[in-house]
Amino acid sequence: MSAGKRSNEPVVWFLFGAGGFLAAYFLPVHVLFYGLLFPTGLVHAPGYQETLALVRHPLARIYLFALLTFCFFHAAHRMRLTLSDVLNLRHLNTVLAFVCYGGALVGTAFTVWLLLTV
Amino acid sequence: MPQYTQFQPKEYRPKMSAYWYLDHWRYLRYALRESSSFFVAYFCVITLVQLAALGTDATRYAHFQAFMASPVMIVINAIALAFFLLHAITWFNLVPRVVMRQMLARPTPDIISSAPNYFAWFGATVILALFIMGVL
Repeated sequence: MSAGKRSNEPVVWFLFGAGGFLAAYFLPVHVLFYGLLFPTGLVHAPGYQETLALVRHPLARIYLFALLTFCFFHAAHRMRLTLSDVLNLRHLNTVLAFVCYGGALVGTAFTVWLLLTV
Repeated sequence: MPQYTQFQPKEYRPKMSAYWYLDHWRYLRYALRESSSFFVAYFCVITLVQLAALGTDATRYAHFQAFMASPVMIVINAIALAFFLLHAITWFNLVPRVVMRQMLARPTPDIISSAPNYFAWFGATVILALFIMGVL
């Protein structure tokens, strides 16, 4: 491979790998509480002020930024390959890459904006 | 002189069913594991909606909580949890595949390599759960 035509795979794979670890470690407990235990009333949900105070903590903001950003790129990379391989959409590779990674960038922008304004 | 054959050679095109992932349990497991990414994206968006509601006011957050309590959302979230567990277990079980491990000149069993991840996962889950419930 010539020096002028480097693969972007390492960058994408780093984002995918980091997101994969964060998703594996932290997303199950998030969906367990906010998606199942709190809505069904099995566990008492903290009030608005308590949740707001938790999210406003600087460490919580950094945590949520890393979690959401890396998970968006993890999902984007895997969704692109899943649509390409499982649904045989290889001919749409460029469109898929644009939509998936573009979506991850939009998600990251929203994450930054919401974490700065919450 | 070129050698001519009776039949025109044709390009080899392997035929692949559109539902190839249903042919074998291993293929289906692969397709399901990769599909976990759609739920990862879904729950990240849900978390952004939650942050937006939190940033607005208490009424908007109550609307978000009511939306999450609808039966459809509970079913979707239960499916998402199943996919997240599939993702986590397959991810942690990859460690013995990519890490070279040897102790006293003998390879260690797979479970010894992946076990620390399970312990760390359990610890992280407990700590995060205490923060989420407002105990810490």
